[in-house]
This record gives sequence, structure tokens and C-alpha cells, in this order.
Amino acid sequence: MLALYILLTFMIIGAVVAVQVKDVLSSVIALGAVGLGLCLVFLILKAPDVAITQLVVEILSLIILIRATLKRDLPHVPSGGWWIPTAAGIGFAAILLLVAVRCFPDLPVFGEPKLRVAQHYLNSGLEETGATNLVASVILDYRAFDTLGEVTVLFAVVVAVLVIARPVGRKKLDQVEEEFDE
Amino acid sequence: MNSDHSPGMTIIVKTVTRLTAWLILLYGIHIILHGHVSVGGGFAGGVIVALSFIHLMLAYGKEMVFKRISKRRISVWATVGALMFLAIALAGWTDGYFFRNFLPPEQPFHLFSAGTIPLGDIAISLVVWAGLFAVFVALVMLRPDGEDKNEP
Repeated sequence: MLALYILLTFMIIGAVVAVQVKDVLSSVIALGAVGLGLCLVFLILKAPDVAITQLVVEILSLIILIRATLKRDLPHVPSGGWWIPTAAGIGFAAILLLVAVRCFPDLPVFGEPKLRVAQHYLNSGLEETGATNLVASVILDYRAFDTLGEVTVLFAVVVAVLVIARPVGRKKLDQVEEEFDE
Repeated sequence: MNSDHSPGMTIIVKTVTRLTAWLILLYGIHIILHGHVSVGGGFAGGVIVALSFIHLMLAYGKEMVFKRISKRRISVWATVGALMFLAIALAGWTDGYFFRNFLPPEQPFHLFSAGTIPLGDIAISLVVWAGLFAVFVALVMLRPDGEDKNEP
């Protein structure tokens, strides 16, 4: 558990650095360090599937953030006073802590979930599906409806991106106005 | 090929990319095909395959990749993946209900086992690869000002 707390502290420090630093590139790289720490946390909690997904998605989003932020001109406009955001942040943190103090004693103990469905997957997943990776047997067999939703969302993303970025079908502004007049 | 006016990064980056891009692609395919045996699966493997193409695109410039993979082909792959997943789901009706794992489970720890789960992994990887590559192209490579000069 000590390694877990060290990693969590590292992630908090990385997040604070990402918010506070002035340079955009340094901020993006600090965010990447937070993602790497999260990947290691998943490994310590014995969830290698989530860890590998977190790692590759973090790399992809880091590349997109670096390429998309470095070439753009990002004006930093400080507006308004500083004490309203600070007071709002402290207020939300206080509310969160109050709620957490009430709620955390009622949570089940770590490693002993209250839902008994997962125990059924662990006991008979191998015989019923034949997949030795129980995560695959859950997301593609027991809970395949969720995966169908995920595939639908990604397909909608592809369609939207290709519609927005298509070269044909674009009209000049005067052509559109001519059609509008008719 | 590596003259000063060629697009992309320096010759060092191009050489390293030429040596590593296919390894990343093969690793992604390995993760996809062994999703039901060990860690990984369709989503992670699809992202790794997309990352290998992004690797090529960052090092060599977008023309080199667009010559091989046009946007039309991206949309075709995404459509094939989505329809394949839906077909797997509908094929479950032949043995009872929607999303029924109608193929026999076979021996565990083998590549051809677990019924429809590897097929679902392949379908998801096609959608994820095409989707994330399209998002990368749209967010990073296409410029919003006016016409794109390098459209496929």
C-alpha cells in the first residue's frame, strides 16, 4: 500500500504542476506524468487490462495535445479578480470533504464488493465462455451490450469527423447566397 | 528521399521510425488477436495500431500516409468493423438470443477458442483504429483556414 500512496502523491504533485506552470508544453507533459502514475496505480491494483488501455490512450491524447497546442496561438487573458475562483475552489473542496466524511464509512471494504454478480463471473466465466482473460469474457460476452454502445459511439465519431473534414461538398459563400436567393 | 525540403522530421527520426513502426503495428495485432487469452483486447490493440500510423505520419509527413490510406479507406474500415460487430450480435439469434456466444468454447489458452470473443475483438479494433486515426487527422493534421492543399 505504501507504493500506492507514493504514486498518488506523485499524481497530485503532477496535477498541481500542470495547473500552475506557465508554459503550455510543460503543462501537457506534467499531465502525461499524471497519466503514467495512474497507469502504475492500475498495475498495483492488479488491473493490467485497464493499465494497458490507460497507457495507450494517454500516449495518444498526449500526442494530440502537444501537436494541437504548440502550433496554436493561445492567448492567456487574466480577467477579473483572483479571490472569487479561490473562494469557489475552497468552498467546493469543503463540500466534497464533508460529503466524503459522511459517505466513506458506508462503502464496502476494498476487495469485498457487495454485488454478487462479479463472483459468478470469476467462478464460472472460464467454463461458460472459454476465455482465459475474464475481462474479455465480460466485455464481449456477459456485457456485450455495453460494448455495442461503445462501438456505436466510435462509429458516430468517425462519421462526424469525415463529414466535417470532407473535401467535396464544400461551397463558396457566394454560391450559398445565390441558392439562398432563388 | 531525405533531402532538406522533404516533409517530416530529420533523418534520425525517419530512420528510427522505419525500424520501429512495423514492430508497433505487429504488437498491436498481437494484442488484438490474443485479447481473450492474455491482457489487452480490441480497444487497446486498436489504439496501438492507430499509434503506429500516427508514428509514421509524424515522422514522414501526412502525404506519405495519405498516399496509402485515404479517408475513404478509413471510413470503409470503420464501417466494416461496426457492421461486423452487429453481425456477430445478430448471429446469436441462430442459437437463442441476441449476443449469444454461439460458437463452441473449445480449449482454453488456445488462439482459436472462446467462441465469438476473438471475432468481437477484431471488429472493435477496426472501429477503434479507424476512429482514433480519423480524430487525430482531423484535430492535428487538417488546418481550419480555408482549403486543405493536401487532401487525398
